[in-house]
Amino acid sequence: MIVHRSDWEQAAARLQAGEASLVALWGEPGSAHMALLDQNEIHTLSIACDGGRYPSVGRLHPPAIRLERAMRDLHGLEPDGLPDTRQWLHHDEPYRFLPAEGESLHQIPVGPVHAGIIEPGHFRFTANGETVVRLEERLGYVHKGTEQLMAGAPLERAARLAGRVSGDSTVAYALAFAHAVEAASGVEPPPRAVWLRALMAELERLANHCGDIGAVCNDAAFVVLHAQFGWLREQVLRTAARCFGHRLMMDCVVPGGVRADLAAEGQHALRVLAALVRSRFPELVEVYDNTESLKDRTVGTGILTPALAAQFAAGGYVGRASGRAFDARRTPGYAPYGELEFDVPVVQAGDVNARVWIRVREVGQSVALIEQLLAALPTGSIYAEARPSAGEGLALVEGFRGDIFAWVRMRSDGHVERCHLRDPSWFQWPLLEAAIEGNIVADFPLCNKSFNCSYSGHDL
Amino acid sequence: MAIALALAVQLAQLALVLLLAPLLTGYVRKLKAHLVGRQGPPLLQPYRELLRLLRKDVVLAESASWLFRAAPYLIFATTWVAAALVPTFAAGLVFSYAADVIAIVALLGAARFMLALAGLDVGTSFGGIGASREMMIASLAEPAMLMVVFTLSLLAGSTQLSSIAAALQAPEVGLRVSLALALVALIMVALAENARIPVDNPATHLELTMVHEAMILEYSGRHLALIEAASYLKLVLYVSLIACVFFPWGIAGPGQGAAAYLAGTGVYIAKLGVAGFALAVFETAIAKMRVFRVSDFLGAALMLGLLAALLLFVTQAT
Repeated sequence: MIVHRSDWEQAAARLQAGEASLVALWGEPGSAHMALLDQNEIHTLSIACDGGRYPSVGRLHPPAIRLERAMRDLHGLEPDGLPDTRQWLHHDEPYRFLPAEGESLHQIPVGPVHAGIIEPGHFRFTANGETVVRLEERLGYVHKGTEQLMAGAPLERAARLAGRVSGDSTVAYALAFAHAVEAASGVEPPPRAVWLRALMAELERLANHCGDIGAVCNDAAFVVLHAQFGWLREQVLRTAARCFGHRLMMDCVVPGGVRADLAAEGQHALRVLAALVRSRFPELVEVYDNTESLKDRTVGTGILTPALAAQFAAGGYVGRASGRAFDARRTPGYAPYGELEFDVPVVQAGDVNARVWIRVREVGQSVALIEQLLAALPTGSIYAEARPSAGEGLALVEGFRGDIFAWVRMRSDGHVERCHLRDPSWFQWPLLEAAIEGNIVADFPLCNKSFNCSYSGHDL
Repeated sequence: MAIALALAVQLAQLALVLLLAPLLTGYVRKLKAHLVGRQGPPLLQPYRELLRLLRKDVVLAESASWLFRAAPYLIFATTWVAAALVPTFAAGLVFSYAADVIAIVALLGAARFMLALAGLDVGTSFGGIGASREMMIASLAEPAMLMVVFTLSLLAGSTQLSSIAAALQAPEVGLRVSLALALVALIMVALAENARIPVDNPATHLELTMVHEAMILEYSGRHLALIEAASYLKLVLYVSLIACVFFPWGIAGPGQGAAAYLAGTGVYIAKLGVAGFALAVFETAIAKMRVFRVSDFLGAALMLGLLAALLLFVTQAT
């Protein structure tokens, strides 16, 4: 819906009042778009940017600030009244970190190159002794120009690019992109493909949650669980490779269906895997729960308040550990989850332990979902050819981190004209800054791992 | 001739601790890997690491002063001498009369002081964090260590480690509550001093949680090799110390001859094996504690040391 300045500003005011939550805010040369979640429905607004300017949403609603800074870098759109006009994804000019002044405060710069093998990002701590007074993130080091690469790309290449925005969520990204393209061109994927997609998405969630729980334990130097959960994750990945031909199931989901069918042997492997997780996982969780020295590190560390989680519309375990009961599989919901039974676990505590527990409960749900999907897997084809047609489509898909938003505009020749993919981390990274405040510097890795935001997905 | 022989035995001790130190660390790493179901690096990996580092060039930070360059040699030298002063396979060696257990504590304190200064010298934030954390730990660990030393010295009537070992071996000492408390306190201090879990994590890659590793982040090449060797030696030193005071059996007496020395060496290596196993099991079963909990942990060690000394007075008075 193309709107005028006043409607756009009114939408920003509603966001500020908490009557709706911001799903995405993106631009293209000449216009800006906003997606809102209002009464469990997604609405989009578009505004023509005369002279490259539009009224800032971030002026009223802080979660939009980084998105608007990114739009400024990528498309030269100037938000009127944006409180923070520093560059975000581009690194052309020297960066001014926000000042934090006071007696006995000192700064600790960390990154972008870290001692471990992780993605690059810079963290500027201002600390009073060991206590963090302010953390400021500086991201954009893995900016790949995905949106620009997608503009004008053939569908196949665009789908491959979408699957590489954030490697650990490749299925979820490919799924979001496929949903958006299918909405734009009116293609209906065959039922078997829909169920296989859900199967892959749950496998991805399972693998990542297992890896994350282990990584949190490792950051507290509890190596046993790291090794055990790592082993479990490896079993999931190997099963995925046997079933779909790729450990991460990269490029398996495509617009119109899926690329890899599941053979009978693969179904058996998945049943064995589900049984394995059902037997081993609870034992490991019990070890986690009964190790006091470990709980001492995770309980009460890095608390994110429900108010902030709601304001930033934080998705995934970050939101659900702080009382925000949102899951894109439920709201707005997509096939086949309407026919499946699963819970969306929510707790209020908001600390590292809560984020671990949400993952633990979600692993259980994913295993149950995999079993349900296998039990009622439809037969038939796995791919429906998409007719090239012009149109726009959007989608919201639940990745393991949270809701991934995809918007695509197709050209009549079947090429992608524009595409925007919004990672859940856009709304989680700023919350990490809030959650670490008042904690000690040495607890940051633990908090960071419990958020496990994507650098690549955020930097686009 | 006797002096030459005594010197030779002392030199053998110097060589023995240096040779065994990387092996103990490699053994603990291997065991820890096995305990979590991994294969782990080869037992001899620490030797290879030292050789690799010795061959490599040193990369110096522009802001590094002479202190940064001198510190590794001083740290290594003091730690090596301290390790050679603790009776391992034989007691009453030549050097042991030159320095008592308080001198050992002082030597280690000097090494720590140099390391903290070197951490501060380059002016990176991690060096500063590491140095300040190390000093916080040291300010609690050293008094606890001294309390243990006092307890033992009171019991043995000497601060000489050889004499303490001999005195505690005597049957009349028996089982004492003080000794048990002192043992626990010394183990806690040893964990903290050697940057082991739960105080520090020797295997971490997280800059922000490091203590020991944060101070040496800027070191490379032979400097790093010397510091690594010193930390291997320190682990051997503490294990030897605990073994010679609390489990003094099998240590050869002064001038008992080659056979006794050989037997002593065998017993000593067995003790290292047991201690390494216990360390690996303990480290696997526990998570690292929050930085500020370290003061509680070492406070408890200090308290135990104090109690041990007090109990000794009470029992001696009656």
